[in-house]
Amino acid sequence: MQWLMDTRKTLQPGLREVRLSFYLLNRNRLQRASLTIIILLILVAIFAPVIAPYPGHAISETNPDDKLQPPSAQYWFGTDELGRDMLSRVIYGTRISLQTALIAVGLALLVGVPLGAIAGGLGGVVDEIIMRITDVFLSFPPLLLAIAIAAFLGPNLRNAMLAIAISWWPWYTRIIRGQAVSIRERQFVRAARAIGTPRSSIIFKHILPNTFAPVIVQASMDIGGVILTIASLSFLGLGAQPPTPEWGLLISTSRTYFLNAWWYSTFPGLAIFITVLVFNLIGDGFREVLDPKTRKF
Amino acid sequence: MKKFILRRLLLGVIVMLGVAFITFFLTRVIPSDPAAKWVGPRATPEQIAKATIDLGLDQPLYVQFFKYMGDLLQGNLGASLRTRRPIMLELQENLPATIELVFISTIAAVFLGIPLGVISARRKDQWVDHLSRLFSVGVVSLPTFWVGLILQLLFFRTLHLFPMGGQLSTEIKLTMEIPKITGFLMFDSLVTGNFRIFTDALWHIVLPGITIGLYPVGLVARMTRSALLEILNEDYITAARSYGLSERIVLWSYALKNSIGSTSTVVALSIGYTLVNTFLTESIFSWPGIGSYIASAVIGLDYPAIMGVTIFSAFSYVILNLVADVIIAMDPRVRA
Repeated sequence: MQWLMDTRKTLQPGLREVRLSFYLLNRNRLQRASLTIIILLILVAIFAPVIAPYPGHAISETNPDDKLQPPSAQYWFGTDELGRDMLSRVIYGTRISLQTALIAVGLALLVGVPLGAIAGGLGGVVDEIIMRITDVFLSFPPLLLAIAIAAFLGPNLRNAMLAIAISWWPWYTRIIRGQAVSIRERQFVRAARAIGTPRSSIIFKHILPNTFAPVIVQASMDIGGVILTIASLSFLGLGAQPPTPEWGLLISTSRTYFLNAWWYSTFPGLAIFITVLVFNLIGDGFREVLDPKTRKF
Repeated sequence: MKKFILRRLLLGVIVMLGVAFITFFLTRVIPSDPAAKWVGPRATPEQIAKATIDLGLDQPLYVQFFKYMGDLLQGNLGASLRTRRPIMLELQENLPATIELVFISTIAAVFLGIPLGVISARRKDQWVDHLSRLFSVGVVSLPTFWVGLILQLLFFRTLHLFPMGGQLSTEIKLTMEIPKITGFLMFDSLVTGNFRIFTDALWHIVLPGITIGLYPVGLVARMTRSALLEILNEDYITAARSYGLSERIVLWSYALKNSIGSTSTVVALSIGYTLVNTFLTESIFSWPGIGSYIASAVIGLDYPAIMGVTIFSAFSYVILNLVADVIIAMDPRVRA
């Protein structure tokens, strides 16, 4: 794991640095394309009811006369076993995936960031305890802890988000702690300490705001992985439940029909792939431009 | 080095204790009523009360925790809700098939991933590098379970090249005696000279093997590349080059040897990923391993079985990382 820690350690830029890296990202063609696709996906998620040709098909409306139709001018992505338009369902799936990924990452940040600030800001025994706890959480293979938690909480989308947040927060704690430790020794924090500022406000008013930039970068890079995790949980039956048009669940239900209806599993899978890919490409780009060793000017 | 390994072992034990604590917390504290789950949905209140006592759930939590730890130390993971058989036994039956898959994908990760990473680092920013990076970002972005379905569509449904699933063809299963020495089908059939069974098994492992193997190959290639790029900037590499050593020697023996630490960590990591990825793919290929086991446990809400697989996988992952760290400890720079 040491290696992974190290890459994360290199990600400690200030806000100005982040802005600069956006500029650098924008110069690379592949990354510019990825950024564009991400913006498009966000637009699709927001305007799903307007874009989807059959918004009703996204949830409850069925259309048994047209069941399992191959792609055609009427149904671009074909239809499912209840005659619902797959394109509409995949479009609504974008909304679900982005939303749940954002919430899951947000929850993980909510837990991980303050804990990291406390650990790094206080040091000593508290630091030791918090960091050993993160060690334990990070010693589960990826996805495994989320599966176990989701199984025990009960299978639904809300619990899947919770499960992901519970298994994801230690990453943010680590990053924030690393930042906090170095900021703790800076002049302005020493000055605050010298004039008798209480420790809690040193941590939350002086240290914490200065640790945000890297964690925001990391969180945005994690969105892809979280989307994949949600889809995987749903595929196992531990996330979204029918008739929710969640991508992983769509693929899971397609298993009964896909040998004679290739479009059923193909399109939701492509949607997952493209979404995760563009987020990962951006993540890679960030890593590259933020690491002075690999940066090209 | 001994000191480092001892310290690392101790840390491993502490981490495993923590893992056990988390799993205990999950099983005993989160679900509202484990006893009710044990006796099933149509149980009478008396049955639930009896199960509460039988399972020791009426005792204080710390007593339960010590009993749980004692059971774990003896390798007792409890009984499955569906079959009422010991979970440890069921895991043992399912393990070989999964290990076969994990083994194949790890071989692929090492023998395809590492060279891909090396070539990529050597030709940084040339088209080979771009291609291999796109490949490695691409495969780690793929939903594994979807890859399985697509491969089935392509190679089974359309091209009729490979079987859809299972470890063996039905006719072989019915007409031939399947050798059982270690439980590893391919190994057993090979050592007993059953080549028909071996080739049939080989035929069956191709699609699940590719599905499972893509991710680790990409991951290892990606990490090897970035580890190497960092090392190629070091002074001793410049020194080696200035001696006039050929680029091949510099790369494959100087640089790669020094990246072995990060590479072995990544291989351990990728085995962890692979293990969990089998949860998503084995059921697609009706592969009789741990992945299919946990997938059906999830559907049947068989909580003890889910927990058993979780503990087992987490422990093996911790041990794997320990092994990787011991390999790193052979590095003289860490030894100091």
